Formats: sequence, C-alpha cells, structure tokens
Amino acid sequence: MIKFFSFITALLFSLCAAAQIDPALLKRIPKDTIKPTLNMDAVYNRPFVTVGKLPVSVGGYMEANWQQLATDGISEGHQFQFRRMTLFVSSTIGKRLKFLSEIEFEDGAKEISIEFAALDIELHPLINLRGGIILNPIGAFNQNHDGPKWEFTDRPIAATQMLPATWSNAGFGVYGKHYNKDWMFGYEAYLSGNFDNTIIDNAENKTFLPAAKNNKERFEEMNSGLPLLTTKVAVRNNKIGELGISYMGGVYNKFQDDGLQLDDKRRVDVFAIDFNTTLSKLNTFITAEWAWIKVNVPSTFTQQYGNKQQGGFVDIVQPLIKKKMPGWPNATLNLACRFEYVDWNKGTFTSTGGNIADDLWSILPAISFRPTAQTVLRFNYRHQSQRDLLGNPPAKTGGFSFGISTYF
Amino acid sequence: MGIVACQKLLPKAPTDNELLDGPVEGLSYEENRRFLAGDVAFNDEVFTSQKGLGSIFVATSCGSCHAGDGKGHPFTTLTRFGQTDSTGNQFLHLGGPQLQNRALPGYTPEQIPAGATFSKFTPPANTGLGFLELVSDANILSIADPNDTNGDGISGVPNYEYLPSFITPFSNAIPRNSKYIHRFGKKAAAYNLLHQTVNAYNQDIGITSTFQPKDVYSGLNIDPEVSDVTVHNVVFYLQTLKAPIQRNQNDATVVQGKNVFMQAGCESCHKQTLQTGFSNIAPLSNKTFHPYTDLLLHDMGPGLDDGYTEGSATKSEWRTPPLWGLGLSPNSQGGQYFLLHDGRAKSIEEAILLHGGEATTSKNKFSLLSSADKQALLKFLESL
Repeated sequence: MIKFFSFITALLFSLCAAAQIDPALLKRIPKDTIKPTLNMDAVYNRPFVTVGKLPVSVGGYMEANWQQLATDGISEGHQFQFRRMTLFVSSTIGKRLKFLSEIEFEDGAKEISIEFAALDIELHPLINLRGGIILNPIGAFNQNHDGPKWEFTDRPIAATQMLPATWSNAGFGVYGKHYNKDWMFGYEAYLSGNFDNTIIDNAENKTFLPAAKNNKERFEEMNSGLPLLTTKVAVRNNKIGELGISYMGGVYNKFQDDGLQLDDKRRVDVFAIDFNTTLSKLNTFITAEWAWIKVNVPSTFTQQYGNKQQGGFVDIVQPLIKKKMPGWPNATLNLACRFEYVDWNKGTFTSTGGNIADDLWSILPAISFRPTAQTVLRFNYRHQSQRDLLGNPPAKTGGFSFGISTYF
Repeated sequence: MGIVACQKLLPKAPTDNELLDGPVEGLSYEENRRFLAGDVAFNDEVFTSQKGLGSIFVATSCGSCHAGDGKGHPFTTLTRFGQTDSTGNQFLHLGGPQLQNRALPGYTPEQIPAGATFSKFTPPANTGLGFLELVSDANILSIADPNDTNGDGISGVPNYEYLPSFITPFSNAIPRNSKYIHRFGKKAAAYNLLHQTVNAYNQDIGITSTFQPKDVYSGLNIDPEVSDVTVHNVVFYLQTLKAPIQRNQNDATVVQGKNVFMQAGCESCHKQTLQTGFSNIAPLSNKTFHPYTDLLLHDMGPGLDDGYTEGSATKSEWRTPPLWGLGLSPNSQGGQYFLLHDGRAKSIEEAILLHGGEATTSKNKFSLLSSADKQALLKFLESL
C-alpha cells in the first residue's frame, strides 16, 4: 500500500514538474460526462490527463460544500465540509490489458480507501475478465457515483444509507457489451468479498448494509467464507434510455469458525432496478434507482433489525440555460429535484401487529451551474421527514447546502 | 442576509410543552455538559455484540425503550417472573427476575420457567424523575395510610426493601428494620435512579458494570461493559430531565375536568403536588411540583393481579404511576396509547375502567359521570 501511494505521489510530482517545463506535454483527454453511455462504463468514462507518451493517465475529482441543516429546530450551525478527493490512475499495460484504480480520501483524509483497482483483460468485446478490487454493480449509483456527475451535494440516501455505496470488494468476474445501431447491451457478473455480521449488529441500531464497509479486513478475509455474487444486465436504447437490473446476494454471517458450527447460514439478497433517460424535446435528464433488500435476521434477535428494506430515488434535471460564456463555451444552468424514500424496516411488530416505521422521505430542489461538463456548482435545499421504528411523530430536517465538485 | 434568510427557512422546534425531553431550566454550563454526556449515552449509544450486548437481552439501547424519553411500546415490554410474595424471587437461579426474551444470533433467548408466574411491564416515561427521587421519605410516609385510618378506602403503603450494596441511602431516609422505602418502577422496587439505571443496563441490555458485575447470560461476574462515569452521567441525565409541562391548563374544559378529577377521588392516589428536598442541583432543590402520584403501592384488585410481585408489594399492589406527561404518551408509543403496567389499555378511558381494588369507588364515580364531565376529565388528563 505504501509503495502504491509513493508511486502515485511520485507520479503526480513528475506531472507537476513536466507541466512546469512544458504544459503542452500534458494532454487532457476530456470526457463528456453526461453523454449517453452505460452506467457500467462509468469507471472509464472520466477525464484523464496523460503526459507525453507515458502509458499512464491520471485524473480525479473533489467535492466540498457548506451546509446548514436543522432537525426539529436544533441546528449544528454552519458546516464546511471537504467530503472527498478521489484520484484515478489508469494505464494500458498492453494490448487488451488495462488497469484502473480509484483511491478516495474522505472527510479530509479521515478515511482513505481503494475503491477500485482492477485489471481488465479483453478476450472479446462480450467477454472481459476483471479482477482486483471491483465495484459491485448493484444499482447504478454504486458504479456511477462521481460527484461532478450529480447536481446534489449529498449522495442519495437510499444508495448510501441502505445500499452501501460505494461498495467495493476484492473479487473476480466477467463483463461484456454489445452494440447494435441504437441499442446497447451490457452484463457483469462477479464473485467477491462479502458482508458480515455487523449488517444486523451495529451502532445504527438497524439493518445497515453499509456497516460492513467498516470492516477493513474484508479485503483479505471473508466473514462467511462464501463469496458474494453480484450480477447486472443493462440495456440501452439511445432514444429511450437505459434500464439496469441487478442482483447481489450471499451468506453474510460467520456461521462457522475453526471447523465448528456457530450459527445457521444467513443470507442477504439485494435486487435493484435503475433507469435513466433524456427527454428529447426538453432535454430533461431523469435517473432513478430502486432497491429491495432481504436479510435473514433470526426471529430470536430483535425486530430493531429489519429483514426487509426498500428504497430509492428519482433525480430530475432540467437544463434551463445553455450558452457560451467567457471562457466557457458550454456553460449550463440547471434546475433539478431529487425525491427519495427509504424504509429500513419493512414489516409489522410481532407484539402488536402494527406497522414498523423506521422510514424516511426527502425532497431536494436544486440549482446547479456547470461552467463545463466536468465542473458543477450546486445549491440545494433539503426537506426531510424521518420516523423512528415505532412511527412516532417524524423528525423534520431541513436546510441549505452549497457545494462544488469537479474533475481535475 | 442570505444566511439569515436561510435560517428563517429551517424547521422550527416544537414548543417545549409538546416535548418530554430536554433539561430542567437553570442548569449551569457544567451541568449542561454532563446532561449532554448522559443524553448521548442514553439515546445514542447502541450496544452491539462488540460492546457487550447480551448475549441475551431485551433492548439494544436505553433509548429503544424510552423514545423521546416518553412511555414505551409493547415492542420493548419487559417480562418479570418468579416472585409471588414478600419472601423473594424463587426463580433467580433460572434467570429471574427478568426474562431476556431476545438473543444474539447463534444464542437462545430465555423462556419463562415452568411454574413461574409473570407480569409484563411497559417502560415508563423518564421525565421529571429527578423531582420524584428527591421527595423525602417523611413526605411519602405522611401520605401513606396503611390502615385506612381516614376510611376513604385508600390505603397507600411504601415498598420497603433491602438496599443493594452499591447504593448509599439518602441522608434523610427513614428505614424500617434495615429496609428502605423504594419508589421507582411498577412495583416501586427500585430505590433511586442509580439503582434503576444499573438494573436496566444489566437486565434490559445485558451490560455489566462495577455496580452489577453479574452477566445475565452466564451468571458469572465479568468485566464491566459500561464505565462508572457513563452510568453516573445517565443517572444525572435522568435526574435533570425536565418535568412535563401541562398544556391548555387555563382552558375552561380542562379546568372543569380537573375539578371532576378531584371530586371523583382520583387525587387520593394520584397526588397532584409533592415537594423535593435539598439537592446539589439547584433547579431541583426544594421545589413544589405536580406529578399526580403518591409514590405508594395500592391494591388495584384481582383484575390487575398478574400473580407476580417485587419487594414487599403484594401481587395486586401497584405503585401509583405519575400522570404528568400522560397526554404526550402517543408521541412515544407510535401514535396510540398503551397504558397501565403492561399496556393493556388502549385509551385513557379504558385505563380508568380497568382500575379496581382501592380505586373501585373512583372508577364507579367515573362511570356515572355525564358525558360532558367525562370528556372534560379526559381532556384534563390529556393536558397533563
């Protein structure tokens, strides 16, 4: 790991040095980050910089914001947050051999993680082998999560607080794509590291798949000893949009140790559907994702931890003005809104037969300005209502945030 | 200007009388810090297997049972078993007195042993407990009438019990045969808030402390799973939670309902006013307050006799629950009422009608009230 960081640091310094000598040596490979591609392309559909004829490209993005939120009249005041900075390094190792890595520094380097570091071997456009640290392709956001691509300062709650975006594991798999006129078809299938007991035994006091991300051992040891299967198929028509259907599941708990049985095997299964389209006349961009989670929670445990969850979000982005501004030939002003809902515990109390709440809905109207496709300034207002397990009067959260995010 | 405008659009806080949580007015800065530390430990700290939860338990945090510091929901109802008279619990060796009805994955929860009777206890509200703790034994004894000398059919008695070793009696305590007046809990089986808190950590969450090192699963003394500082902070938090604030107390119907409450004799047990003694916490010291309880045990008749008891209480005796905060109960019980000791009453009216024993006369008076007087009484109770 230290060597890897040293390599990146050295690479970046060498780039700076090169830039001081002759900026023309830097060759930017811009990407139109909102052009129609499959979500599975997102890891490569990013702007990179290459130096001369070096086989390595680098890039990255950052996100920072100000926010002031209050819940039921109680506010923590003004908060300035550096959410994350991510560095990409990719290289074409040889013919049909590519490597890409994504290293994320979150909350001012409080957390450093390798989100993606995989070798791709292309045998055929329909058969590519991938191995390393992979992003499990559940839903769309987990694959396509770069901050500059979104008009909102916060990531979708259903994608990060129910589904565990960004969720990556050591693993191997296969993917492929096929194009035919307006149609695109893609598939992915991976076996990877898995969840663990903490998804039903955590400080959130709810079934919480993201709790497994705290297990730093997961890149070297699986709790259950059984792999997590993640598969996705996606189809896109350039005139209609992209539809993805994905599944992720496996045994999550440590059911045996040192040859001794400790518990029954308990599964977690996740289904997700995602869709995005651009309405041709209005140029309105719509993206939506919904997921269902089923977790085997022992009936003798507590219903605090639900065995069913569901939730998702819909983002609507309406470009209002797209015009040339000084230095920015394609500046865009957008109006956007996100609707999101999560039910962390879908079911009824065995004690009363009454509904278990533990749910949340939220609306985020937003204005965003993109001087270029790779940079976004965004201003959001959140209106959120969250109920506890018992369905008591909801906690009302509201407030404003302003953020910037850019590829570099 | 923009920032000020933004602040205007933030969600407003509910008025103070709509909430049960929050500290008493007048705490010092230092006391506020301690209150917040206790608040975090009580409401935010979730116990997991890594933090010592269980292995058998009822709830995963203090806040799970007392949402918003209000009454609990049947989801976290406690089950106690194994004691039928003042000779003590005969099933301690089989997991008594409390059933840990949940278990970590891979473990088996407790079952009620054959032959043991049991009762279910809905978690009470936490608010104003610091005031109740400071009512002197002399004050409680002045209300007690064990032989019903005034002939009103009400004969409140204190629950006398031995103190656990970690409890220091109050300086103004009035013991009897080395037993002390207990006051917290459905059967008044807890002496003070430290006693209540230590028992709750141990019996509800399966968390050991230096005060109660016995693990509920293994029955063995083990290392403490919660620090003394945290326990004391939680006790301080409970002591300094504000008393519920009555709403609409000048409303004509509420005033009428209060008169009906007095005339029906409800106040014989649900004492409107008590006084605190001296306290180092200034906002609690020497205060007059209105909890609508006498902290005494009363025989509630065979309908509420579950066949289980604690301390010196009989099976049909229950400590008068404070009525303050009653109208806010649905805010912590999922939008409905679960009243009486086990939540069997789904409305205030049903709770009144399930009274028996010493409360029979008052219940009968309630039944004979005009519709207007009944509604006024209910509105008064909802205003508390």
